[in-house]
Amino acid sequence: MKKLFFLILALPSLAIASGAGVHLDTAPINLNDHGSLQRGARVFVNYCLNCHSAAYMRYNRMQDIGLTESQIKDNLLFAADKPGETMTVAMRTADAKAWFGAPPPDLSVITRSRGPDWVYTYLRSFYRDDSRPTGWNNTVFDKVGMPHVMQELQGHLAPVYRVETGEDGKEHHVIERFELIKPGKLTQAEYDALVGDLTNYLNWVGEPAKGDRMRIGLVVLLFLGVFYVIAFYLKKEFWKDVH
Amino acid sequence: MEKLMNWVDERFPLTSSYKAHLSEYFAPKNFNFWYFFGSLALLVLVIQIVSGIFLTMHYKPDAALAFASVEYIMRDVDYGWLIRYIHSTGASMFFVVVYLHMFRGVIYGSYRQPRELIWIFGVIIYLVLMGEAFMGYLLPWGQMSYWGAQVIINLFSAVPFIGGALSEWIRGDYVIGDATLNRFFAFHVIALPMVLLGLVAAHLVALHEVGSNNPDGVEIKKLKGADGHPLDGIPFHPYYTVKDILGVVVFLIVFASIVFFAPEMGGYFLEFNNFVPADSLKTPEHIAPVWYFTPYYAILRAIPPIFGSQFPGVAAMGIAVMIFFALPWLDRSPVKSIRYRGPKFKIALTLFVIAFIGLGILGVLPSTPLYTVISQILSGVYFAFFLLMPWYTKNDTTKPVPERVTQ
Repeated sequence: MKKLFFLILALPSLAIASGAGVHLDTAPINLNDHGSLQRGARVFVNYCLNCHSAAYMRYNRMQDIGLTESQIKDNLLFAADKPGETMTVAMRTADAKAWFGAPPPDLSVITRSRGPDWVYTYLRSFYRDDSRPTGWNNTVFDKVGMPHVMQELQGHLAPVYRVETGEDGKEHHVIERFELIKPGKLTQAEYDALVGDLTNYLNWVGEPAKGDRMRIGLVVLLFLGVFYVIAFYLKKEFWKDVH
Repeated sequence: MEKLMNWVDERFPLTSSYKAHLSEYFAPKNFNFWYFFGSLALLVLVIQIVSGIFLTMHYKPDAALAFASVEYIMRDVDYGWLIRYIHSTGASMFFVVVYLHMFRGVIYGSYRQPRELIWIFGVIIYLVLMGEAFMGYLLPWGQMSYWGAQVIINLFSAVPFIGGALSEWIRGDYVIGDATLNRFFAFHVIALPMVLLGLVAAHLVALHEVGSNNPDGVEIKKLKGADGHPLDGIPFHPYYTVKDILGVVVFLIVFASIVFFAPEMGGYFLEFNNFVPADSLKTPEHIAPVWYFTPYYAILRAIPPIFGSQFPGVAAMGIAVMIFFALPWLDRSPVKSIRYRGPKFKIALTLFVIAFIGLGILGVLPSTPLYTVISQILSGVYFAFFLLMPWYTKNDTTKPVPERVTQ
């Protein structure tokens, strides 16, 4: 019985929906780092929120990450009139479909379906590919419809191919490494940190109540722990005459 | 106070019911760990009903609004996330508790004469619970809700001749759509819960009529003291109420740990792909049912199609669930409890547990030729446990059962 129990515990958690076999980097997630979350919010509003909505998220919820309502109003409110509105975009779905092939998905719960590591790696994996209509491809999401929106920051990466013979005997090109053919405004480390902040922010957006959840959970478990002691002695007292 | 009680008792059997079911319902004094799960199942039922009522206040059963309304509950409703996680965790924990409760019945022979009806009511509860869970899983309207329902409803189209019409009748449309969502909502929030409550009442009435079994499989009513009460019996209240409180606290510690610290349970309680809104044009690469259905899903996939028809697999899956009804008549052992049974039963039961858990694991994984062969072997073991039971229980070497319960 016990062995079986541990066998179940040893099961790997279900693979997050993503292309199999792609190596993902670990995203720097920290829900308590309000500075990082606020920087992420700025990147999100400036670079993502033109095509991608976060339609279940209200602007004024960002008070939870240490911003005041007037700060939100003055710095982050480009696509809405009031801080109580949700983060929607003006682009119509039909247009988006015509332009990109598929409408850009809503990002409210993207880290919950893809996982933060996927988002973090994906946003750092764009490379030049002239066979694509946008001129961009991605190692995490092959033939993605999205162009490299933050190219001015990261710069342009071009793949260096190596020829490999597959099991079927045919030769095909495999990406060996990337070359920076046009530098961006940021260094690689600065760009990674920026994407880290953005991923941290998106992860917070995925479940803004997570901080409360953990805090309340501790109190609940503490209460139950005390209750256990009382229940234990109550049972012992009642059962002492049962032989 | 006494006057008031008399007034009520002349009009309603309050005191007599209290005595019959609590203060003078005599339960064996040797209940062990396995006997917590009946009362815990009742607790989870109440948790699901209460959290469900609050979810219904904010949820919108409309294909265009359902997904958004769930996220609205998660963000904008006060403590909505808590109510939703309680409900989603409760669904999985219901099956954890019910599977352990059923396992208890099997190891101590609680389904044996005179408790066959209790067992039958229990199996019906299990079936209704599966329907309840399946329909509830469509409501968040995510990709796994949609495609999971698609797979299960398509099973009905494998029924010869009437299959196509049958699955269309269930969906209310040619594809899963708004009509399906609305009818599943109706079944999930009112029809099946009412049936469930009725069945639970019948389960308990039948139990209190014949009295509880115990880990020794001894009938405590055979030996009564001078006061007319069973010698090995103790009143349910206060003895088992205080003991069950202890069980409830431990259960709630586990429950709260999941709700507050791991509500997704690594994708087993809330699947990652279900955070993507349902899309009838995008089939997910890998569709896995929620963990509590995976043993049956593995059996379904293990049976190869015959003449291009999936019906044999569907039939095998149906029989795998229904076969539990026959258990009281398949078991021919002279003793009830595993404590006095011989090695044949113990080996058979061990193999069955391995098969059930193994099939559960295989049901989660994508199918490969090797996994299919393993699933076929384990499905064979699963059915052999039931079908060979009349022989291996009858010929087993048993130990003598004591007169009184042991500690």
